[in-house]
Amino acid sequence: MNLTDRAEEALEKLWSELIEQKKGTCDISLLNNNEIVSELESLGYIETKDDQIKLTHKGYEEAKNCVRRHRLAERLMADILDVKGKFVHETGCKFEHLLHKGLDESICTLLGHPKTCPHGSPIPEGDCCKDAKRTPKKLIMPLTELQTDKKAKVSYLQTKDKSALQKIIAVGILPNTEIKLIQKFPSYILQVGKSQLAIDKELASQIYVRVA
Amino acid sequence: MQKDYKGPVEYSIEIAAEKIANLLASDYPFSKKAIALLLLQEDEEIKEMVKKSESENIGVIEKIVNEAISHFANPISYELAVQRQAEVNEIINKVVKVKKEKTSFREKLSRLTMNPLTGIPLLLFILYWGLYKFVGDFGAGTVVDFIEGTIFEKHFNPFIEHIFIRIIPWEALQSLFVGEYGLVTLGFRYAVAIILPIVTFFFIAFSIIEDTGYLPRLAMLIDRTFKKIGLSGRAVIPMVLGFGCATMATMVTRTLPTKRERIIATMLLSLAVPCSAQLGLILALLGGRPKTMFIWAGVMGIIFLFVGYLTALMLPGERPSFYMEVPPLRLPNISNIITKTYVRVRWYFREVLPLFLVASFFIWLGQLTHLFDLIVNILRKPVELIGLPAASAKIFIFGFFRRDYGAAGLYDLNKEGLLSGVQLVVACIALTLFLPCIAQLLMNIKERGWKIGLGISVFVLFSSFSVAYIVNLILNKLGVIL
Repeated sequence: MNLTDRAEEALEKLWSELIEQKKGTCDISLLNNNEIVSELESLGYIETKDDQIKLTHKGYEEAKNCVRRHRLAERLMADILDVKGKFVHETGCKFEHLLHKGLDESICTLLGHPKTCPHGSPIPEGDCCKDAKRTPKKLIMPLTELQTDKKAKVSYLQTKDKSALQKIIAVGILPNTEIKLIQKFPSYILQVGKSQLAIDKELASQIYVRVA
Repeated sequence: MQKDYKGPVEYSIEIAAEKIANLLASDYPFSKKAIALLLLQEDEEIKEMVKKSESENIGVIEKIVNEAISHFANPISYELAVQRQAEVNEIINKVVKVKKEKTSFREKLSRLTMNPLTGIPLLLFILYWGLYKFVGDFGAGTVVDFIEGTIFEKHFNPFIEHIFIRIIPWEALQSLFVGEYGLVTLGFRYAVAIILPIVTFFFIAFSIIEDTGYLPRLAMLIDRTFKKIGLSGRAVIPMVLGFGCATMATMVTRTLPTKRERIIATMLLSLAVPCSAQLGLILALLGGRPKTMFIWAGVMGIIFLFVGYLTALMLPGERPSFYMEVPPLRLPNISNIITKTYVRVRWYFREVLPLFLVASFFIWLGQLTHLFDLIVNILRKPVELIGLPAASAKIFIFGFFRRDYGAAGLYDLNKEGLLSGVQLVVACIALTLFLPCIAQLLMNIKERGWKIGLGISVFVLFSSFSVAYIVNLILNKLGVIL
């Protein structure tokens, strides 16, 4: 059963208001559209009482998936298709509606089960992410999961923690840099070009690589 | 070289930077475009500077910066770094050909130093031969025995005493130069005959290790342990240098990235890291009795980790991160080693000789006015409390003038056969932990400020006696005879 694009957007809005900001309920005026409210209500996704909206259990799951698709789409735009700036959000908005059950998992796997969107908001975990924790085989993964003596190319850096990002940039690790992991314990040793770098586990987990 | 920064189709960093550069009215030491780019990268220092100098346009400038930032998914510093890298790669690909190389012997050795299974035994090997055998056994033992025992005691001292007694008629003034605490017989002798050879040997060992490129490897090996005490592997350099001269090492803590790490490092350097002169003497003192050495080293290790852990727990702040380039291993270069050792020994000697002489002078003055006896009497109680003979009170006062001075005093005391094995261990522990020497105290205050510098010293004074007291109690209760 497919929701309208507008209803999906509305669910995403509710997710960030009610779940991520932990408000629990919000005023009906947030959605600013009675048609959508009644559409969501008739599907059993929300309950309204005294002009206050609450997500049902079913609605919670649906909203989580909508948000997940949206943020995965953004990650795909930013990291793989190299879309920049405002376009990340805009293209992501259009693209997300195409990512229905199954397709989102493929993309999530391709991206290495990213934890945040390019703007830093968390991406809700899907079933594939839980599976992936057990089976580490994937295309893009944090450096911490790369095998030693494997060559890889940096895909992207997690940019949420700015001071960590600065340090990684300072040692010269950037997207498309080719690296080889020499050892993992007690510190991570990387071969980058002609030089070798030592970094700790925390920094290594911010670097996402694609096995060459 | 000029570089145009591209942006997404509808927005360009280049244009934003140009707009900002045109709005900057004041004069700056570097180009306006550079300032504009730094503003876009949210550089705090430049932001503050521009806020002060551009009171008129700051509003518009901030608006452009914020607009630019909102157009990019990643921080602009990241976008710029990526673009610069791409440009660099383009140039390099045109002009550089990379030959494939086989893993060389050097690389294999390097891997051995970094793998904990082989790296830790190698570290112990380096510590044993570099520090214990070379600095302790040879430097502080053989060489000091020769210079101190043979040259000074048999020839130099009697000769000097003879001269001074002949030319100076007053006994009080004679003792200023050649008495028990005389400038020449004590100050000069300690500095030249005992401390100088030990420090020189330490700095030779340190320079060799430094020159091979081993230190970054040690840093990566020890990083995880240091994280537990609020430091990163980077702190290994001031710490190892602290085994040479803690004062110099405290100055080097400047290289640590956060204030928190600098405070923790200063604290540990003041408390649990013995400097080379002290270390050399302690190794010489305990060298003949392996059990005492083992207890001393064990207590130091525990105190180092425990106090570091507690300090890290108490001090709020960001967890340190570790990132460091690992240079290839090299054969040490003789002229590098000579130069580095010479410069360091010179720095050290200029720092210590005047202090030794000043200390001798004050002790002489104290003796003459009986003030020294008064302080020794005050210290007698705590010294007896930790199970040491009252005569050892004076070495703690010496220790305050220079840590190694105190250890040298202990050396003399032991030569007279006044100490049992347990007493020797307890004295060594108390002296190692004891207050930093005056030079280090001043450096602590200079680098960390009055409050923290003095706070650290009070804590160190208190804990040195407490730990010595506890160790003495345990050893006696267990009936240990060493």
